[in-house]
Amino acid sequence: MSTPTTPALLTLDDLQVTFRTDGGPVRAVKGMSLDLRAGEVLALVGESGSGKSVTSLAIMGLLPATATLEGSISLGGEEIVGRSEREMNSIRGAKVGMIFQEPMTALNPTMRIGDQIAEAILNHEELPKAEAHERAVALLRRVGIPEPEAKAKGFPHEMSGGQRQRVVIAIALACKPELIIADEPTTALDVTVQAEILDLIRSLAEESGTAFLLVTHNMGVVADVAHRVAVMFRGDLVEVGTTEQVLTQPAHDYTRRLLAAVPRLPVAGEHTPSGIAEGSAGATPALSVSGAKLSYRVKGATIHALDDVSLTVAPGEIVGLVGESGSGKSTLGRAALGLIPVDEGRVQVLGTQMTGRWRNERAERKVRSRVGVIFQDPGSSIDPRITVGQAILEPMQVQPQLAPKSRADRVARVRELLEAVELPGEYADRYPHELSGGQRQRVGLARAVALEPELLVADEPTSALDVSVQATVLRLLGELQERIGFACLFISHDLAVVHQMSDRVAVMRRGKIVELGPVDQVLISPQEEYSQRLLAAVPVPDPAVQALRRAARWEGKHGDAA
Amino acid sequence: MNRTLPTPRLPEAGATASAPAQAPRSNAPWRRGARRFLRNKLAVAGLSVLVLLVLFCFVGPLVYQTDQTHTDLGSALLKPGEQGHPLGTDDVGYDILGRLMVGGQVSIMVGLAAGVLATVVGTLWGATAGYVGGWVDSVMMRIVDAGIAIPATFLLLILSAMVKPTVPLLILVIGLVSWLVPARLVRAESISLKQRDYVVALRAMGGGHGRAVLKHIVPNSVGTIVVNATFQVADAILLVAYISFLGMGVQKPSTDWGAMLTSGITYTYAGAWWLILPAGLCIVLIVCAFNAIGDGLRDFFDVKGQGE
Repeated sequence: MSTPTTPALLTLDDLQVTFRTDGGPVRAVKGMSLDLRAGEVLALVGESGSGKSVTSLAIMGLLPATATLEGSISLGGEEIVGRSEREMNSIRGAKVGMIFQEPMTALNPTMRIGDQIAEAILNHEELPKAEAHERAVALLRRVGIPEPEAKAKGFPHEMSGGQRQRVVIAIALACKPELIIADEPTTALDVTVQAEILDLIRSLAEESGTAFLLVTHNMGVVADVAHRVAVMFRGDLVEVGTTEQVLTQPAHDYTRRLLAAVPRLPVAGEHTPSGIAEGSAGATPALSVSGAKLSYRVKGATIHALDDVSLTVAPGEIVGLVGESGSGKSTLGRAALGLIPVDEGRVQVLGTQMTGRWRNERAERKVRSRVGVIFQDPGSSIDPRITVGQAILEPMQVQPQLAPKSRADRVARVRELLEAVELPGEYADRYPHELSGGQRQRVGLARAVALEPELLVADEPTSALDVSVQATVLRLLGELQERIGFACLFISHDLAVVHQMSDRVAVMRRGKIVELGPVDQVLISPQEEYSQRLLAAVPVPDPAVQALRRAARWEGKHGDAA
Repeated sequence: MNRTLPTPRLPEAGATASAPAQAPRSNAPWRRGARRFLRNKLAVAGLSVLVLLVLFCFVGPLVYQTDQTHTDLGSALLKPGEQGHPLGTDDVGYDILGRLMVGGQVSIMVGLAAGVLATVVGTLWGATAGYVGGWVDSVMMRIVDAGIAIPATFLLLILSAMVKPTVPLLILVIGLVSWLVPARLVRAESISLKQRDYVVALRAMGGGHGRAVLKHIVPNSVGTIVVNATFQVADAILLVAYISFLGMGVQKPSTDWGAMLTSGITYTYAGAWWLILPAGLCIVLIVCAFNAIGDGLRDFFDVKGQGE
């Protein structure tokens, strides 16, 4: 870690960013002052709309033309504000590098990996092509890509998500910048991959003295890599301090609220397992999947999305389903609704066989009236062309036998449902784009429970939301579950959220359920090696605990190699 | 409400609270769309031209009455302004200004009706193909591909050589050769829309396929559909003009702008420019107007319009 005596590499002094819009000027950043030293990792945290991304774009000089900048940004003693586009181009890449959230869209799919890195070098330095290419291979080795010579000749689609993000980092490093801005660099990655990328960022900061400005909303990531934390709230910088200080003794009220909203997994030994809610054993299970297999072919290779999966959800029981991307958890969710036919095995919802075939359509549609569903993306879960009220009314129109008969009663029911998810009844007349992401997700919840379902399938219902909004949605889901008593298949990649919500949990990997059991057993003292690894990779929002976990993981990894 | 006196500016307390919150709310997207449309100067100009042309063709004859049925060889080929004919007369003595009006009626009616027919057929065909997918989609789209491979003008000429062209027949035939392009466009939209969570959610709650297509997929493709429809109308007007120009359109004494060009072309070498210039100008104007409107409607339906 750098000593406080080294001069600041990046200094923001009373930085203000204002956007010109039709509704008048909007101040996105309201006077922000911050220092960043060489070799330091500074995390910039806050919820969506807090101004953290705007700040990072301002440093890169990438703000749209509607934005006006005031105050000062100085990098290595040079003022950036007011530079021309040409001058900024010589700074971007050479002095400041950027890592984006989505590695697939940050790379050009039609260009070889080595050429993309070489291009970044040649943008700023006059070098023979061969030499640039050699440097590219060296960079790939530096970011931990195995067989860098071979990979340099490959294309982005031949790499995994984690490897692509390493390439993006290699491009950012190409001209040895003093500062790298990483905007949610691990949000699109699985936890085990995230842990590796965070290790890489830490080692780059320590060994090369590169400073990182890490924009993130994940407190666990902050605890894992950041030396200092800056918390933003609605354009204001509310708190800056060491990670230790901010995460364990937050001074500002907002930081305290933010931290309180982060779901945490209890640590083994400190938690007394609660009594397991027993589903009524004799009753027909709400969902029963047995021996389900589903595979599809991609470019000649067969992918087993579901490989002999068996799972039962008893009435009133919440079963969590965790796993990394591609583990088949969403496929299982859709198969459980009969939306995707399984190749082999049986899927039964409330005692009715779901085949997903047109032939069985009528029976399946009937049983679906007793099933609700919530999806991940609040942007597409409600039809943008109909009002919120119409969206909630839809299940009643589709299944009129279960709904109130008169129009007035149905409208009253819509209001009641909106109130149940703590939205004002007038919102029935609003369109989805007039609502925030969290509000839309609450509307999705209201629609899902409109017919008082016996089974609810929730597919990553809060993954796209800020933590405080997530807390509200989870609380509402819990309340409704208690009131209506539906069984729930709760799919999420967030182990802490699943722990908070579920009675039992199933861990999926490559189409198989590797571990299934009571939530406290599986998520606190897992038996299977994969569950243990998954659990160890989740960063904990406590720097001291996270340092221990990191050391343990490091040992485990290198112990294997020895 | 037991008030006896009408007090216009003083509704009841409850109404004051809810009315301002609701009234602008429910039609807000429509209004915002209209604002985006009006910001497009070209589209506003197109709309004005279209309104003027429609008024000219359908209201004009009530004001400016001429005989468009009986020929009057005594006053044939009069120059503009002669004997009270502002745009002159043609080779059999019809008043050109009056003829532009009745000819325009046919052009606009055939164009609009054929455009609408093509859009409706194309939308349903494309939405169904995209939504169902699999071999149904393949078969339906190969039919479209085959249809597009046959030149529409060629098909029209053969048909009009075989049967006597009337206005309803023209509408039907032009409509049935023009639905192919919207079908392709809507199919592409449908394929992406059917994977949206709200469509999957509808299926998960037991909603039928018909509802998914008609309530969610078609309304969400409305931007594409309506914008394309305006181009369809413009194309249909041009198609009518082509086949009429080739002498296969509606038969005399009824006419349209394309047919006016045909009958006029013979006399242009004699200097009778007024036989073709006004009709040609009308075709150009209305086609440009529809295209400009289409451009504006694209803004209208762009929900994520900038600066909102």
